[in-house]
Amino acid sequence: MSITTRVPTIRNRRTKLSGFVGTAPAEPRVPDGRTRTSIVVWLSLGWLALIALAAVVAPFLPFLPQPATPVGMPRLAPALGSFELLLGTDTIGRSIMTRILYGAQISLTVAVVAGAFAFTVGTFFGMLAGYFRSLTDGIIALITDVMLAFPPLILLLAIASLVTPDVRTVTIGLGIVGIPTFVRLARANAMSWGSREFVRAARNMGAGHPRILFREIMPNVIPPVASYLPIVMASMIVAEGGLSFLGLGVPPPTPSWGGMISEGKSIIAQAPHIVLIPITFIFLTIFSLNQVGDRLRARFDKSAS
Amino acid sequence: MRMIALRVGRGLLVILLVTFVARVMLSLASGSIAEGLLGSEATPENVAALEARLGLDRPIWEQYLTWLVGAVQGDLGTSMFTQQPVAESIIARIPVSFQLAAMGILIAVVVATIFAILSASFPDSPLDRALNALSSVLLSAPGFVAGPIFIFVFAIVLGWLPVLGWVPLSENPIENLKFAILPALAIAVQEIAALHRLLRTDLITTLGDDFILAARARGMGRAYVMFRHAFRPSSFSLITVLAINIGNLLGGAVIVEVLFSLPGVGGLLVTSITTRDIPMVLGVVTFIAIIYVIMNLVVDLLYGVLDPRVRRPVAR
Repeated sequence: MSITTRVPTIRNRRTKLSGFVGTAPAEPRVPDGRTRTSIVVWLSLGWLALIALAAVVAPFLPFLPQPATPVGMPRLAPALGSFELLLGTDTIGRSIMTRILYGAQISLTVAVVAGAFAFTVGTFFGMLAGYFRSLTDGIIALITDVMLAFPPLILLLAIASLVTPDVRTVTIGLGIVGIPTFVRLARANAMSWGSREFVRAARNMGAGHPRILFREIMPNVIPPVASYLPIVMASMIVAEGGLSFLGLGVPPPTPSWGGMISEGKSIIAQAPHIVLIPITFIFLTIFSLNQVGDRLRARFDKSAS
Repeated sequence: MRMIALRVGRGLLVILLVTFVARVMLSLASGSIAEGLLGSEATPENVAALEARLGLDRPIWEQYLTWLVGAVQGDLGTSMFTQQPVAESIIARIPVSFQLAAMGILIAVVVATIFAILSASFPDSPLDRALNALSSVLLSAPGFVAGPIFIFVFAIVLGWLPVLGWVPLSENPIENLKFAILPALAIAVQEIAALHRLLRTDLITTLGDDFILAARARGMGRAYVMFRHAFRPSSFSLITVLAINIGNLLGGAVIVEVLFSLPGVGGLLVTSITTRDIPMVLGVVTFIAIIYVIMNLVVDLLYGVLDPRVRRPVAR
């Protein structure tokens, strides 16, 4: 999938071929429909900021009950009036509002920490592979190939079968699973920048490998690679949600979005809000991250996806 | 031929590696398994005896070799809880998982192709933009998001389909379809979006090529050119993306099977992980690894069928 440069081309509307061939043959223009949706991107950023803020301040809000404490009758429908009952109560009468916000803490912490870890480690080794090539590249490529040779969720499930899962193990597992993506991106970018004139110039002026790597190449590699971060974080939230949903993620007393979906799924006919609320939150978060990620990629990743 | 041999060899290596790593990891965690089985009143002698019977006291590589020799002969060991042969339990559950995956991929490819052809025929039109927006939404709806919504809308609000349950295909195909359609859709959702995005870009690029203009100039119809000339090169990248997504698809299938309480392989995996049933987990993981490798192999071979240029060994 290539993100074509958005070169304005003259569309020939007069011929019968318009809309079919419709573009200048030399540079086919692929309208990506994203240029018009920047309002959606802003809304997405707003949502992410809101949910992150809510997750951070949740423990300090005096009017918010603890996530494990029942606050009313079970399965109360969402109702205006009090903040803690705004989204209703779950199967044993706990406030869904509280649990959503504490769940956001888990999802976002896992995504941010695991994402940062995968990004740092992956970019570093990817740059080494792309810069030094030959043996270094061979070894790093082999390791990434082996890591990619296995369905990620199955790998995470296998990890969950060995260690009792908690926030830390889930984060570490997701961080490791996320590394190969960044290795590949950083490697490709480092390769293309490594053969540029300014790098040769730096070498001829006597710069050593570390200096070339970190002062010449890294500043150019970081933006395109980092533009994939939101999308990778979205997939980490999906994976964390999936694991919690299967009961193999963050263990039950701790609220998590995936766990809430799993708890409510058997009574979806009687009390649909118990399932639909966490679904809405997780969907909006994934959607926002994807939107922001698409925008960043279109902006910074000139090569390909 | 040489290419096929290379690919098969690589696939076998992956399977060996994966099962070995799985075995080592499980052995590391298995310290308390015998104790867990016997309960808290077990004496150390009892624990040792059971470990010896299960072979847990031998070195890891020996356990792995014994298991491997058995596995090659089709014997994956017996479950530590139900005492049933692992291979039998897996085989009994294959039809469900296979049907779901097949239906999911079929739905995804068909729907995405229709969407992409509509998009590419009228690029930048309101229809195209609507389909793009729909794709963005679908892309953000993994199985555990799409599934409950499907259940809620189609089974509860509309009441068209039964909520949970399963009827084997061999018993009653129509009833079976009623139970299978929602899970298959839930698996397909994200794939539809991914494939639509890719095919659309691809088709629009191809349609801008000179040979399309030439074909149109010779008086061939739009639809004819679309399918005959434009779609074939695009099907190539369709398959690539499918191959990349197979891993996600398998993972998604596990979640969907659990969500819809279907008697498939994925459900078996989750149950055996929760109960720490080592032979069962290892058996299922091996099975999934084999399927994964076979599917990638099939994709590689399909390249050769679709694109004659690849019929020689290439370094990817």
